[in-house]
Amino acid sequence: MNGTSAVDLSRPALRRRALSRSLRGSLKGGEYTWAVAFVVPYVAVFITFVAYPVVYGLWMGSDVSLYRELFADPIYQSSVVNTALYLALGVNVKMFLALLLSGFFMRPGWWMKALLLIFVLPWAVPQISTFISIHWMLNGEWGFLNNVLYTFFHVEGPSWLNERWMALGAVIVSHIWKWTPFWTLILLAGRMAIPLEIRDTARVDGATGLRGFVHITFPLLANLYLICTLLATIFLLGDFNAVTFVSGGGPANSTHVLATLGIRDAFEIANPRLGVAAVMSALPMVIPLVIILMRKLRTSEVQV
Amino acid sequence: MSTITVGARLEASRAESRAHRVARRRRYLRGLGTAALSAVIVVWSLAPIYNMVLISLEPEGDVFTDHIWPRVPSVESFWGVLTQGHWYLEHFWRQFANSFFIGVMVTFFALLFGSLTSFSIGRMRIRHGWLVSNAALLTYVIPASFLAIPFYRIMQNYGLANNPWSVIAALVAFATPYAIFVFQEYGRSIPIEVDESARIDGASPPQVYLRIYLPLMAPALVAVGTYALLLAWNEYLYQFLLLSSKSSMTVPVALAQFLSSDQSPWNYMMATAIIYAAPPVAIYYAFRRRMAAGLTMGGVKG
Repeated sequence: MNGTSAVDLSRPALRRRALSRSLRGSLKGGEYTWAVAFVVPYVAVFITFVAYPVVYGLWMGSDVSLYRELFADPIYQSSVVNTALYLALGVNVKMFLALLLSGFFMRPGWWMKALLLIFVLPWAVPQISTFISIHWMLNGEWGFLNNVLYTFFHVEGPSWLNERWMALGAVIVSHIWKWTPFWTLILLAGRMAIPLEIRDTARVDGATGLRGFVHITFPLLANLYLICTLLATIFLLGDFNAVTFVSGGGPANSTHVLATLGIRDAFEIANPRLGVAAVMSALPMVIPLVIILMRKLRTSEVQV
Repeated sequence: MSTITVGARLEASRAESRAHRVARRRRYLRGLGTAALSAVIVVWSLAPIYNMVLISLEPEGDVFTDHIWPRVPSVESFWGVLTQGHWYLEHFWRQFANSFFIGVMVTFFALLFGSLTSFSIGRMRIRHGWLVSNAALLTYVIPASFLAIPFYRIMQNYGLANNPWSVIAALVAFATPYAIFVFQEYGRSIPIEVDESARIDGASPPQVYLRIYLPLMAPALVAVGTYALLLAWNEYLYQFLLLSSKSSMTVPVALAQFLSSDQSPWNYMMATAIIYAAPPVAIYYAFRRRMAAGLTMGGVKG
């Protein structure tokens, strides 16, 4: 009985020690304080400038009547169509081009290296500079594109940005122009990471060209390609600059996407809650994407 | 008998030369295809950039032309930008300095917070550290433009509207998760025994961080620093929303201001766009290889 009471007495201390070990890991007192102090600045930044705005945004967009107002807005309806088109074409054309071009840039030679330097220029130049330039380039009367068409073919080009579908097309092409180099570089690095022995063995076995791509390269790249596509989808959904500067959402607000419509509603119409509701209406699409992305990243980590 | 062998030999050499010819033609076609595709890539990549240069070289009032090369190239508009010689450019250097200040501060804080966090998680192995680094990466699944409206409201509540520090805060929040990620990946290549032996010799955690961790992490610091600087320099939306007065705004905001105006001074705008683009392009090409190392660490792991 005495023995058990002694164990009982020492139990809280034991438990406390176990608890503190589970909190601190193997760190000793002073070191633990330092470790916490090192994490605190970033955690504070995250809570104040990421987590809090997210919660604040969810609260701003939590009123159901906002969505009734939003869904009745014809500009919102056309923005949803634009966003869907922008996503479907922008992401897939860009990623497919990047996949093909990354194979092209695998060729040896100084000429390929020089070409790659030129090719990444659209990505290296700031977005605002290039999108403003494209905006003026597509001007119907004085734009560079129509001047070229007239000089070489004596064709009077249209006013590219004065009609909804052409303007939206211009936005999508500008986005593809801007971001294909970035994803090409990522996929190029992915191709480089394929061990040389695999490529050589495949070549000896006669898997070259299209067959090599279908049976060797693509299966090895597929996971990376999928992760990149998911990320590109999320990035494109948040793309504000291409639409704002190439078409400006015009003509007559017909080429807005959810990201630009949200900012327009919040700041031009001065109805921030409606703006938040506009971007929040994309959440049913974002959340599944994020879940798939997380799963993919986790399984690929296991594979590596 | 001999005629047969001669004939066979002839036949063989003919077949060989035919194979040669086919191979040569295939190589020729392949070269032609490469050249054609290269030409398309060059024209495609450079057209909007050429347009920028073309308009910036036009003398004032001559941007409404129909030629596709500069007839009378003039550097007047560049000179106008550098000397602030146009009403639209009266605060150019101030705005340039604002962009620079924001870029340097974002770089500094992203590197500082990122390296401290990854040191604590990766080297000191703080419990539940993975939770912090995973939560940090969640920042990237929320499009920044979606967060802009609540962020703006919060900054107004804090009284930080029209203050560069609000922009710096937002951009540090966006740049640091990438920094933590790259630092942790890079830190795996440095044996933990280095830290442990320093600790046995009596070095305190800040000493290990400053004297051992940071010097060994130099390549990753350069890669992430370049990334953060370019991110801050190129960002538009938050700067546009949060900086409204002419003396506090940055170059991209000033540049975009007159886009929809009928009297846009296009030659000056394009000259400004080129001057604004020059530093990041130069930095990108100078640090390309080191940045690529960061990108591959981040992108190809999967």
